[in-house]
Amino acid sequence: MTFLFYLLAAVAILTAMMVVLSRNPVGSVIHLVLCFLAIAGHFILLNAQFLAVVHIIVYTGAILVLFLFVIMLLNLNPTNEPRKTPLTRFIALIAGGLLFLVLIASLRGAMEIRAANPFNHEIGLVRDLGKVLFKDFLVPFEISSVLFISAMVGAVLLGKRDPLTKN
Amino acid sequence: MEGFQLGYKIFFLFAILLITLLVAMYATWAERKVAAFMQDRRGPNRAGPLGLLQPLADGLKMLMKEEIIPNTAQRALFIMGPAIAMTTALLTGVVIPWGGTFTVGSQSFSLQVADLDIGILFVFAMVSIGVYGIMLGGWASNNKYALLGSIRAASQMISYELAMGLSIIALVLVTNTLSLREIVEQQSGWHWNILYQPLGFVIFLICAFAETNRAPFDLPECETELIGGFHTEYSSMKLGFYLFAEYINMFISSAVIVTLYFGGYQMPLLQDSGLSPNLITLLGSAFFFLKIFLVIFFFMWVRWTLPRFRYDQLMNIGWKGLVPLAILNILITGSVVFFSDYFK
Repeated sequence: MTFLFYLLAAVAILTAMMVVLSRNPVGSVIHLVLCFLAIAGHFILLNAQFLAVVHIIVYTGAILVLFLFVIMLLNLNPTNEPRKTPLTRFIALIAGGLLFLVLIASLRGAMEIRAANPFNHEIGLVRDLGKVLFKDFLVPFEISSVLFISAMVGAVLLGKRDPLTKN
Repeated sequence: MEGFQLGYKIFFLFAILLITLLVAMYATWAERKVAAFMQDRRGPNRAGPLGLLQPLADGLKMLMKEEIIPNTAQRALFIMGPAIAMTTALLTGVVIPWGGTFTVGSQSFSLQVADLDIGILFVFAMVSIGVYGIMLGGWASNNKYALLGSIRAASQMISYELAMGLSIIALVLVTNTLSLREIVEQQSGWHWNILYQPLGFVIFLICAFAETNRAPFDLPECETELIGGFHTEYSSMKLGFYLFAEYINMFISSAVIVTLYFGGYQMPLLQDSGLSPNLITLLGSAFFFLKIFLVIFFFMWVRWTLPRFRYDQLMNIGWKGLVPLAILNILITGSVVFFSDYFK
């Protein structure tokens, strides 16, 4: 189990870095797919089967396919990439360095967090998860679904052509 | 004993792999025979009796052909495409219960590799990853027909996945479980799910046609418009893999349809026949395969009967026809389940 954890963690970190470092946008998406699969593997190690599969269906199967779709149609290549002047590079370096410093500083003061409740191996299974979601956390669950609906309505509204400016 | 069971599972995994490949191989032969029958021809009849060696000859031909990778193609992705298509097609077989349980002495051998708690969702996840094989292959070919084919494939599969998922939700409301083995166990006798979920079954079946890119939903490859679509640039065994993955998908989705709606390895009267449990298991698996072959025949029947949809018709059926129907089905099923509990 520990070996699997380290293997999956290494794959996840390596592919996540490749997402940023890859020059080819399609390559980035593929590494992101691999990274998400590795994270799904972590969920399975925690016995959260439902979460793992939903993670694969929603992120890998739907959202990243749409990413790939858009990238394929954009036909990105190095020639029409925006030029970066030395000044922007310098500013980016400083900003990135500062973010890194903040992350390191926050890690320095971190301490080991212990779980308030003992870990329940059954919590990731569908039956228990459903009961928790629909009994203990019903209101937040419903509120998040309202949020999703408003996001969907917003997307449809943005996608719809304005009848006044049709011509 | 743990190691013994593990050895059995690995053996069974390879057996399933071989059976899947064998069935898919002979599905290509059956397709040509069925097509010939419908068009009043003889079909392949030269290689072996009834042309039974035809799939082997086809495979050999594919292997011997010249392998061409276009200069402008993205080499790594071009090779990955067929590999992903093949892998995801084969992976689904892991969760399907191919039969009951054999008992030898104190050991029991389950005819299922993994009885996952979330079996249906696993099938669904593999279907949703399967689209990468087609998309990457089509894009990496660097050819406009291939790109158009892969874009069609992606939009078609995403659209129909939605209705498929919704029809599964209605089924889960009836069965109360996501495990495929439990779903099959519930359907003993005449309690096949198709009797409880007729509308859901029709929606699932149509979506299965769309997800496997079979006619009348074979727009991604559509010879008359896209000269082969996503696999225009492929040759030799890579093309073979793509074509073969389609047949594997057809076999696996037939198995899923039978598992979900036609009682899987359950057969009416078989449980009460008084035969020994091991014999019942064996007969159950035989009936399972018989049902699968009937569904595969149905797939072929439709392919050689119906013409291809137009692209706008495809999208209209998916979004304006199947999705609202599936939501209606969930509403009806949900209220029936709720009120039958309420008034009990």
